[in-house]
Amino acid sequence: MFGKLSWSAIPLDQPIPLITSVVLILTILGVLGLVTAKGWWPYLWREWITSVDHKRIGIMYCLLGSVMLIRGFADAIMMRSQQALAINAPGYLPPEHYNQIFSAHGTIMIFFAAMPLVIGLMNFVTPLQLGVRDVAFPTLNSVSFWLTASGALLVNVSLFIGEFARTGWLPYPPLSEATYSPGVGVDYYLWAVQISGVGTLMTGINFVTTVLKMRCPGMTYLRMPMFCWTVLAASLLIVAVFPILTATLAMLSLDRYFGFHYFTNTAGGNPMMFVNLIWAWGHPEVYILVLPAFGIFSEIFSTFSGKPLFGYRSMVAATLFICIVAMMVWLHHFFTMGAGAAVNTAFGISTSIIAVGTGVKIYNWIFTMYGGRVRFSVPMLWSLGFIFTFVIGGMTGVLLAVPPADFLVHNSMFLVAHFHNVIVGGVVFGLFAGIDYWFPKAFGFRLHEGWGKAAFWFALVGFWVTFAPLYILGLQGMTRRLQHVNIEEWRPLLDLSLVGVGILIVGAVCQVVMLVVSILRRDELRDVTGDPWDGRSLEWATPSPAPFFNFAVMPNVQGEEAYWDIKLRAVESQQLSPEPRYEPIEMPVNSPVGFYTAFFATVTGFALIWQIWWLAGLGLAAAFAGFVVFAWRDVHEFHVPAEEVARVDRARRSAREALLERLGQQGAAT
Amino acid sequence: MARRAAVGLAAAGLGGCARGVLDPVGPVGADDSAIFFDALMVMLVIVIPTILLAFWMAWRYRASNPKAEYLPNWSYSGRIEAVVWSIPILTIMFIGGIIWIGSYRLDPFKPLPSKSPPLEVQVVALDWKWLFIYPQQGIATVNQLVVPAGTPVHFSITSASVFNVFFVPRLGSMIYAMPGMVSQLNLQADRPALLFGQSAQFSGDGFSDMQFQVRSVAPAEFQAWAQAARGAGPMLDPAAYAQLMRQSQRVSPVTYGGVDPQLFQAVATQAIGPGPGPQPENPSHSGREVSTGGRR
Repeated sequence: MFGKLSWSAIPLDQPIPLITSVVLILTILGVLGLVTAKGWWPYLWREWITSVDHKRIGIMYCLLGSVMLIRGFADAIMMRSQQALAINAPGYLPPEHYNQIFSAHGTIMIFFAAMPLVIGLMNFVTPLQLGVRDVAFPTLNSVSFWLTASGALLVNVSLFIGEFARTGWLPYPPLSEATYSPGVGVDYYLWAVQISGVGTLMTGINFVTTVLKMRCPGMTYLRMPMFCWTVLAASLLIVAVFPILTATLAMLSLDRYFGFHYFTNTAGGNPMMFVNLIWAWGHPEVYILVLPAFGIFSEIFSTFSGKPLFGYRSMVAATLFICIVAMMVWLHHFFTMGAGAAVNTAFGISTSIIAVGTGVKIYNWIFTMYGGRVRFSVPMLWSLGFIFTFVIGGMTGVLLAVPPADFLVHNSMFLVAHFHNVIVGGVVFGLFAGIDYWFPKAFGFRLHEGWGKAAFWFALVGFWVTFAPLYILGLQGMTRRLQHVNIEEWRPLLDLSLVGVGILIVGAVCQVVMLVVSILRRDELRDVTGDPWDGRSLEWATPSPAPFFNFAVMPNVQGEEAYWDIKLRAVESQQLSPEPRYEPIEMPVNSPVGFYTAFFATVTGFALIWQIWWLAGLGLAAAFAGFVVFAWRDVHEFHVPAEEVARVDRARRSAREALLERLGQQGAAT
Repeated sequence: MARRAAVGLAAAGLGGCARGVLDPVGPVGADDSAIFFDALMVMLVIVIPTILLAFWMAWRYRASNPKAEYLPNWSYSGRIEAVVWSIPILTIMFIGGIIWIGSYRLDPFKPLPSKSPPLEVQVVALDWKWLFIYPQQGIATVNQLVVPAGTPVHFSITSASVFNVFFVPRLGSMIYAMPGMVSQLNLQADRPALLFGQSAQFSGDGFSDMQFQVRSVAPAEFQAWAQAARGAGPMLDPAAYAQLMRQSQRVSPVTYGGVDPQLFQAVATQAIGPGPGPQPENPSHSGREVSTGGRR
């Protein structure tokens, strides 16, 4: 009846997961109770859960990513403290638990923290920057989000029902095959990633379509803000490579569930095929994460230098160059499998060639500052911290691309330090910068500057104190994923790294305090103009927070920096453009189909993990029924009356007039 | 020589630990780490000025600096574009040359140039220990590798269960041990030394203790050791190998006085099936042997 599921799946004998689960369950129940007591359900259901507004979905993505970032960080704290404690000692986490933690850390950080945060910002920003009212497929967007949330939920369910994978974040066979991993851990990994992967693939399709088909009048390709270009490149990569991930994991599932032999080490299976396929997805995945971060930095360097981006066209070229070459480098993850000199040479060179595109971008950002008026606001600090950190991470990356050098440090702590260097220094810094930058557009008030700066400095210093020792440990021969360490000489550096984690914890606390303080003092941090940073692209033409229809009238773009041109014209003529004729707007109606589908996807995933076949069939049928019902829907849009549009836009215009007056006075003063 | 000095200096600077990959005791490790440093130096020449330029630019053009001119529309310069594309391209061409030459010269499969014929060692990665078979000597060891100093060693490496990586940090290049496949690795220790080897690919619950001693000894001593081992101690017969295939952790070094010369071939071609993995009657967290095997 319940497949492999029984009471023994609950880890009653293991205090750490048990206590964590109990605390988590109580927290969730507390939140649900509060929402019920306050009567917030109708609001949440109407405005958020069933919302197809790209901004709301973006915010929910960011919320999901932030919560998972904390979860993944908790795993990281446990890993670093275990290694510091387990030097010629067992530490406090036995291997069967420690191995789950590092696997969960990687899986959560990539799939459920970094991806949702990146996709969240893509969602929030792209339509605003393109001057349109939503993405191409708004309901599909909601489905994507809820499927991602479904995957995240399954990973966390593994904490208290069963176990998570003990195979690393990429479950290499044969270790991940049923023979060597008979438990449900790998199955949790497979279905969580599969379900969220479907969501990500649909996001990719959605954003390729949005950027290609949904630009406002005058927004030609070469007038799109840099961020939109990076979103296009990342989405193209998603569409190209997520099917590989899905197929690869499906093959592994067939091996595990039905005794197929794709990747087994018997009966003609070939585990190396998995390694090739998974990295054919896995390396482009890195660029799916980092390209939008590059876009964020491009916006920030330009805005906070008060100048257009230097070498816009060469940035576009570099982005597309990276997008294409990203798919030709996967083998550098296993130079040490003995492919031979010719193969290693080809992939080593293709890998280092990517650094050309990245190097050009770095120089273009630097020259964007040339002749500028650089303001060291929080987003700019993250961006400068990024250049410093990322350049070093890129350098160690090119070192790892040199096969004979890689032969010494493959799978070592040097590698661990390298990829954290680029993912934390590139992606995470970029996300923090982007969140700080676009937060006022989402909520109508800025984040507190002092706490934001504190968070930045603690994160930067904490990052280097944590990871610089790992570089050295790698050179001393320490491999990754050690549950305990048998070499006493590594103790000082492991301890130092733990100190770094302590500093990072302070930085994380600063972020939380920043959020709380900003909410409490939102009135003094209020952005009344809609343009808090003296921005240059169209999202700053809207009020903060942006109305659900984004633009009362579609903008008509006439140059590379759409909003900057409008602003300049207004400042020169000392008046806003004449009031347009307001017309009714059609907006997509809300839909529960995303939430509904994801609910049954979760049920299906859980049933497949525990091999409760009837429930899997039921969940799948119910999820499919949701699509069928949705497909027969008659009403797709509702009308916003012209008066409502006019009312919202006149409020915006009066705020702009006040801004214009202030700018005029400043102009007169200088 | 200057390069060697730079390597030594950097190794000393990196925490003073004289045991890592930057303190090699053999020619492969020395060449690998020399390439590591060549590539690092080439890039530092670019990276350090770039970082300095970034900080200088941000500081020079800070909004509060009245002396810096403001060029609100300056966003293109063909000359600068040419330079910013050229610098990374030239660097990468240089690095590409290092990659090309280095990959061929240090291909792990390539035999090392030497007057003496190489010692053959067959390596089988097991859950969770290493089996070393000396076909020429007719002996085998577990978690203990003894090699003659100054003689190249040709390793043939496979796995009897999951992926592992054979890695002796101070000898140089590592390579995967994979079931159903044989990878090859040529290493040499230049002088007698006591080293540690390990697996560099996570392989399950016993992975952290998948370490082995490496003793590089004088050739005569090696001969004496092999002679003494031969015929002494247990034999690696099918029953003993079946026992080895079962999962176990922290296995003490063992020397077998005899071994089936076809054993490695049988494992690599999977004529002998792979290890059974976790057994219900022998869960992985128990069955731990009390020893300091594989530990330094």
